[in-house]
Amino acid sequence: MKLTYSPKQQAFRLEVRQWMAANVPKEKLPTYDTKEGFELHRQWERKLHEAGLSMVMWPTEFGGRGCDLIDWLIFEEEYYGAGAPLRVNQNGQLLLGSTLLEFGTPEQQAHFLPRMASSDDMWAQAWSEPNAGSDMANISSKAILDGDHYVLNGQKTWSTRATYADWAFGLFRSEVGSKRHHGLSFLMVPLDAEGVTIRPIKALDGEDAFAEIFFDNVKVPVEHRIGEEGQGWHVAMATAGFERGLLLRSPARFQQTVRKLIKLYRDNKVSADRDPSIGVAVAKCWSDAEAYALSAYNTVGRLSNGDKIGAESSINKVFWSELDLLIHQTAMNILGCTGELLTSAPLAEERAYWLQGFLFAQAGPIYAGANEIQRNIVAERMLGLPRA
Amino acid sequence: MDFTFTEDQLLFREAISRFLMTEAAPETLREIWETDEGRSPELRNQMAMQGLTALSVPEDNGGLGMGDIAWSLMTQELGYYGIPDSLADTAYVGAGLFSALDDNVAGKGEYLTRICDGELRLAIGHQSSQLVSDAHLAEILLMQHGDEVHLVPRAQIDEVTNPSIDSSRRLSQVTWQPTSETCIASGESGAALWNQTLNRGALSVAGQLLGLAQRMLDLSVDYSVQRKQFGKAIGSFQAVKHHLADVAGKIEMAKPVLYRAACSLENNHPLTDIHVSQARNFCNEASALAARHAIQVHGAMGYTWEVDLQMFMKRSWALSNTWGDNIFHQARVQDYVLNSTVDLAPASTFEEA
Ligand SMILES: Cc1cc2nc3c(=O)[nH]c(=O)nc-3n(C[C@H](O)[C@H](O)[C@H](O)COP(=O)(O)OP(=O)(O)OC[C@H]3O[C@@H](n4cnc5c(N)ncnc54)[C@H](O)[C@@H]3O)c2cc1C
Repeated sequence: MKLTYSPKQQAFRLEVRQWMAANVPKEKLPTYDTKEGFELHRQWERKLHEAGLSMVMWPTEFGGRGCDLIDWLIFEEEYYGAGAPLRVNQNGQLLLGSTLLEFGTPEQQAHFLPRMASSDDMWAQAWSEPNAGSDMANISSKAILDGDHYVLNGQKTWSTRATYADWAFGLFRSEVGSKRHHGLSFLMVPLDAEGVTIRPIKALDGEDAFAEIFFDNVKVPVEHRIGEEGQGWHVAMATAGFERGLLLRSPARFQQTVRKLIKLYRDNKVSADRDPSIGVAVAKCWSDAEAYALSAYNTVGRLSNGDKIGAESSINKVFWSELDLLIHQTAMNILGCTGELLTSAPLAEERAYWLQGFLFAQAGPIYAGANEIQRNIVAERMLGLPRA
Repeated sequence: MDFTFTEDQLLFREAISRFLMTEAAPETLREIWETDEGRSPELRNQMAMQGLTALSVPEDNGGLGMGDIAWSLMTQELGYYGIPDSLADTAYVGAGLFSALDDNVAGKGEYLTRICDGELRLAIGHQSSQLVSDAHLAEILLMQHGDEVHLVPRAQIDEVTNPSIDSSRRLSQVTWQPTSETCIASGESGAALWNQTLNRGALSVAGQLLGLAQRMLDLSVDYSVQRKQFGKAIGSFQAVKHHLADVAGKIEMAKPVLYRAACSLENNHPLTDIHVSQARNFCNEASALAARHAIQVHGAMGYTWEVDLQMFMKRSWALSNTWGDNIFHQARVQDYVLNSTVDLAPASTFEEA
């Protein structure tokens, strides 16, 4: 055990730090849940990509830098530490990207990964359906093979940023009459294809954060299937593991929010200290965010020794989503009567970002597999308790 | 950057675990409780034969020369099997204090060799507690007097027994006279020794609390698979599952915090105090929740003397306020986060900002 960085790792950190200092937009970009904000975030992604920093842990041939996971953690620390924008294409880059690297054909990798790294293609996830939320195996949208293409019919929902995205990926029932997780195939679908209708859904903050996607005889070439026909569940579970496990919410993102919380506390100390439990909560947020970082470094160490992420990914997901709630609830408590103000309120200024974060934190325990389901997974797969 | 244990460290842990599973079964520990002294010389000898007492004694004194990182695995085993205080206090905390003493302190090498061989039992009186564990059997006591470290033979102290809810604890109030003959370190170096010893004691307790949490979780999983109500194993009920999943979560998240603190202590990291207290807080939360949820899923059985859960539950309650109470460790972290001017940026986890 040696918890210090090598000179090479330090040099990489410095490089990223300097690039971020010179390039991160001074003004916060408008939310990517609007068309304008979405395109501005895409431009930012292109800039990152030109500097070779969009997908540092991908192989160079696909637009990455071939970094290991420690470098990735370092990158994330510098990225969020510099206050850089949220990653608009992360559901493609981090989740589908990992799936393609593991299960994609060489042709799929060569075609899709570089375009994803540069954000020429923006991606949305399409798993959920009106009757398949936590119970994802209840998927009923169909993809029926007809010669060299599939014909898609059905509906997906809650697809984040699908309103503006170029592509979606998800599971479709490709075997007529199959049940549960059998007979599903993993497909990539261009959202401008004939027969696709997108209906935005307004989220809690009134923005079109996600969307319903309707498929009416949509043709998708067979080459857009990842993995074998009927094996989609297996491929998707690997993606879900990445999502919860490590990639989706890197510790740095929470550490940066906690850093701001500490500043908020220190700036409002006299008022906050009227209730000693505020200081206690601030310290707990720091301690938890740091523990999450330690856990990520520890996991990366174990992965490099050949271990796999198992049910711990469910523990991580519960942990970060609950931490995010605590951070934002604490901030709202410190803000007091100005906490409710929108960004447009003259009195709100910077403070309204806490409200945005507070709203989004409410969704953390729901998306990426509701926390109740994660606890079931821990109890059944890690502790071996009997299924109901 | 390498956040993993060596093959040797992991194998050693496994060997100790297998040994304690057979030699320190709950029935054996309960028998030892019933004796006046509450300690078993045979068990201690066996542990010495396994190399436990040699673990962190320097190689020059015949030991294995391992440090806090190795102990962060071993203390979990001591906790898991409910091994009484004296072993960790002597072989880990005491050996650490002796090793850090000036080489010209009379008897230093000899004491270390005797710790290594399993012959010496010592007790440590730190100002964080009004009580000393295992003073009744100690050959020598290392006592704090301000910044001074005193080495006091047991013949020179008076001790009054104070029974604890943890039947394996043997606590005493100790009265003694500091003299220039008993003083082995003082001033700045004495203060530094005590600070390091407090951190090591706290980390020893942290590891044990984590081991205790794991034991309580394992007992609860076993019980909830066997016990049937409403025609089913209670472990199939979601409320029970979630109680235990939450304990598993606390344990998993505490581990890397414990290991980092051990690494900091071993390498004299400037933030060792904070890292140790952070580890203590995480391990303590894990064991507190484990105890609460374990007794809940055991139902009335958990409230009995007979069921072994009580041994580990009570030990976790007792240990959670030793080597610095909870308030102390919470306050150390809080003070750092709230009152320092350090910029706690994401990059500050391993590098000081
Ligand atoms: C902000 C946001 C973004 C999202 N983005 C996407 C996306 O991009 N793509 C996509 O496909 N989906 C997305 N989702 C959908 C998300 O994956 C689902 O909301 C989630 O899987 C839960 O499904 P549900 O909403 O249908 O809730 P339900 O499954 O109806 O659950 C409702 C409640 O019941 C509980 N419950 C359900 N079953 C059980 C059980 N067996 N045991 C105990 N409790 C249970 C749940 O835990 C939850 O508390 C997003 C959701 C949000 C909020």
